[in-house]
Amino acid sequence: MTQRYETVIGLETHVELATKTKIFCACSTAFGGKPNSHTCPVCTGMPGSLPVLNREVLNAAIAVGLATNCKITRDSRFDRKNYFYPDNPQNYQISQLYAPICTDGHVTITTEAGPKTIRIHEIHMEEDAGKLIHDEWTNTSLVDYNRSGVPLLEIVSEPDMRSAEEVIAYLEKLRMLISYLGASDCKLQEGSMRADINISVRPVGSTTFGTRTEMKNLNSFKAIAHCIAGETERQIELLEMGRSVTQETRRWDENKESSRAMRSKEDAKDYRYFPDPDLPPVHVTEAQLEKAAAGLPEFREEKTERFRKTYGLPEKDIAILTEVRQTADFFEEAGRLSGEPKKTANYLIVELRQLQKERGLDADRIPFSAEHLASLVRMSTDGRISSGAAKQIFAAMFEADVDPESYAETNGLLIVRDDSALDSAVKNAIAANPKAVEDYRSGKKKALGALVGAVMKETRGQADPAEVNKRIIRTLEG
Amino acid sequence: MDIRKMTALQTAAAVKKGKITVREALAGVLAAVDEKENEIHAYLALKDRESLEKEADALDEAIRSGAVTGPLAGVPVAVKDNLCYEGLPCTCASRILEGFRPAYTAEAVSRLEKAGALILGKTNMDEFAMGSTTETSAFGPTKNPVNTGHVPGGSSGGSAAAVAAGEALAALGSDTGGSIRQPASYCGVVGLKPTYGTVSRYGLVAYGSSLDQIGPITADVADAAAMLEAIAGRDVKDATSLERQDGRYTDALICDGRGLKIAIPEEYLGDGLNDDVRQEVLKAADVFRAAGAVVETVSLKYTDYAVASYYTIADAEASSNLERYDGVKYGFRAEDAEDLHTMYKRTRSRGFGPEVKRRIMLGSFVLSSGYYDAYYLKALRVRALIRQAFDEIFADYDLILGPASPTTAPSLGSSLQDAMTMYLSDIYTVPANLAGIPGICVPCGADRSGLPVGLQLMAAPFREHTLIRAAYTYEQTVRGKEAIG
Repeated sequence: MTQRYETVIGLETHVELATKTKIFCACSTAFGGKPNSHTCPVCTGMPGSLPVLNREVLNAAIAVGLATNCKITRDSRFDRKNYFYPDNPQNYQISQLYAPICTDGHVTITTEAGPKTIRIHEIHMEEDAGKLIHDEWTNTSLVDYNRSGVPLLEIVSEPDMRSAEEVIAYLEKLRMLISYLGASDCKLQEGSMRADINISVRPVGSTTFGTRTEMKNLNSFKAIAHCIAGETERQIELLEMGRSVTQETRRWDENKESSRAMRSKEDAKDYRYFPDPDLPPVHVTEAQLEKAAAGLPEFREEKTERFRKTYGLPEKDIAILTEVRQTADFFEEAGRLSGEPKKTANYLIVELRQLQKERGLDADRIPFSAEHLASLVRMSTDGRISSGAAKQIFAAMFEADVDPESYAETNGLLIVRDDSALDSAVKNAIAANPKAVEDYRSGKKKALGALVGAVMKETRGQADPAEVNKRIIRTLEG
Repeated sequence: MDIRKMTALQTAAAVKKGKITVREALAGVLAAVDEKENEIHAYLALKDRESLEKEADALDEAIRSGAVTGPLAGVPVAVKDNLCYEGLPCTCASRILEGFRPAYTAEAVSRLEKAGALILGKTNMDEFAMGSTTETSAFGPTKNPVNTGHVPGGSSGGSAAAVAAGEALAALGSDTGGSIRQPASYCGVVGLKPTYGTVSRYGLVAYGSSLDQIGPITADVADAAAMLEAIAGRDVKDATSLERQDGRYTDALICDGRGLKIAIPEEYLGDGLNDDVRQEVLKAADVFRAAGAVVETVSLKYTDYAVASYYTIADAEASSNLERYDGVKYGFRAEDAEDLHTMYKRTRSRGFGPEVKRRIMLGSFVLSSGYYDAYYLKALRVRALIRQAFDEIFADYDLILGPASPTTAPSLGSSLQDAMTMYLSDIYTVPANLAGIPGICVPCGADRSGLPVGLQLMAAPFREHTLIRAAYTYEQTVRGKEAIG
């Protein structure tokens, strides 16, 4: 029955920009901090305060627009969206309705079915709201304006997606582009990327859209997939029963895997949008555009291609290295310093990933410097440490970014290379173990172990066992 | 020398020369306050005497030591209560902001203090600058010092009355649709509204943000030029403030009318204009002619649409600007509400006065979906046409001359019943705000009952120098005649 319908999906994606200061004032955007400690008259809506646009927000918006093939509006404007709620200190949000900064873009996504273009209707800049804290015990509500005025980009897609797979591929694509730009880390779980999903269904082959609902509160790809499946089913059921879908906003509850209506179109607010008279139109010059275009980074596709050619790494390794730009950049830096890109890549792909997973750390969190990794790779390549020691050093670097050189020395992990010291240890071992020497000479090759052990003991484990083996045999048989 | 007859600049000069102290200048002003404030009610808040005297002494010391050398050093000044000043309440003459003390000082006021001025206190006004008489103040009206049976005009009525009564040597007002020029006219003092963007609005509680501009109200033109010089200039905290290179406005204090081309719009002399006012304004035109200016009658297009366009735009912006007064963060809150929406409703119903509510409702209406294009957008188009009409006049003329108000000051209690008539009386002042151009009002005689008439001059954007020169020429010429006569 359900095969007769197709799901039509469009996204409104909010991305919190990683600027140091807020969009209209100089307050910090840092997370945490005591309530209302990152605030000033502007972001708390004090009488007489005025917004001034943070140019970094504009630069980020332009970069994201260029990365998503948008037209950049040369004279964009800010508008006020009026609604009363305490998390919004002015009772209007400064946003862009009439002339958003970017329009008419697209990104290409790849799914099992192959590549597909998803069009972007527009991207606009706006400010985030504060946070309400309800205290059930005292029946009071408190408001924290630390997030008030944190810059957001809202990326509005066309209704071009047809499945959860495409939606997730689209969000992954946005995350990739935007995090490569350094404009945001785009984490759904942490709220630096939030997606509202507009869903409608229609009979396969139909060219008109069905009535859509807007789904909110989606904090993970899993929730998105569940929500799309659930809402598609709910709408089809309604239609099959001969009822119609109501245009409304619904809140998804991932625990219950169901949604409930928040507000319908009838009681939709009239936001009384109008141009904000406090902010002059934002003019983007040709020079600014050129600078922004020149500043675009190498994105994942090009990087993948280059890594393949330059380093000859296997496809699946490149995929891991380029998943976040920080890892790719780190790899190149450490690879260049060590002169051993392949070995460097191995540490990042195997050891780093394993430890990150164990600690529940995101891939962009690399807790040691490229210099230290390069130095570890060199020590290992030069045969100055055993592979076991290398693992131990890596773990210590992951914990506390130790310098591998001094760490190896302090912890006696360096292989002894001093020939005379080794030779004298061998001589001493032979002299001190006549029984073992005799046994060996009489054919009991196992007796060698005791001699090697004695040498290792004298060198406090710093000798290379293979080398010790070789030297004892040479001395006994030579 | 009589301190109470001295202008701001004269006082500053006397202080600088050591002829009087700031303490003495302050005492002169406070004597006027003691004598008249009970009746005039120019102030909503005054600093206490002790701290004023301390500040005066500190200024005296700083001036003596050369640390403070500004042209307004030692001048006691009042500021309108919609300008934030750290340490004093800021109510905008509204219950809804009762008890609110801003944590920062408006840029224009900071600049005055940097120029050496001594801030006395906050002056009464129409609630949120909405009104033309200062009678919409939640804390009682201000009376006109020239005749206390009459209003001082508004909305900067407290500032104009303070200067007219000698309760301050100069004051700051704000002008959204005439709120500096009209009360100056009614009180017989000078009021200057600069080009939009000349003075930072940071710290000015917004009414109509695209129209609001801070400016001086003073005893004479020279004081107005000096005050403007002190407060003007680009401020990074106000994105609409402009960089200007012609900041020495006192350089324009030249008494020379030769070569000035002045236009009188016939629309400014038509129906509704009081005969006495018309007569005084036409006499002023003759003064300019005699001083060597060319004065011609012209037609200024779209004048009839200015008031409608103005109230649509100003109220639309106000309806949004005043949303923040909701009982959540500061000021008055209705405490008897069970839920958020009831709290909003009761706070705003009780906190705002009737005129403010009327304008919020009008403004919300013209922005609401389905009416936006027909009202707000149309008003913006009319505004653009009005700007164009001014551009056309200023292509041929340096100045526009006319009355500041169709009448002299109405008697107390006669205006508020008929909002439409009150709105229409703004006909001569709102066009300058819509066009963003500078305007000045200088005293020009009196009507038959002795109430002051104000002459308004307007100039092209950024032509404050021309405006000040013309106003100064008129003032000096008339004073000269008075001295002879």
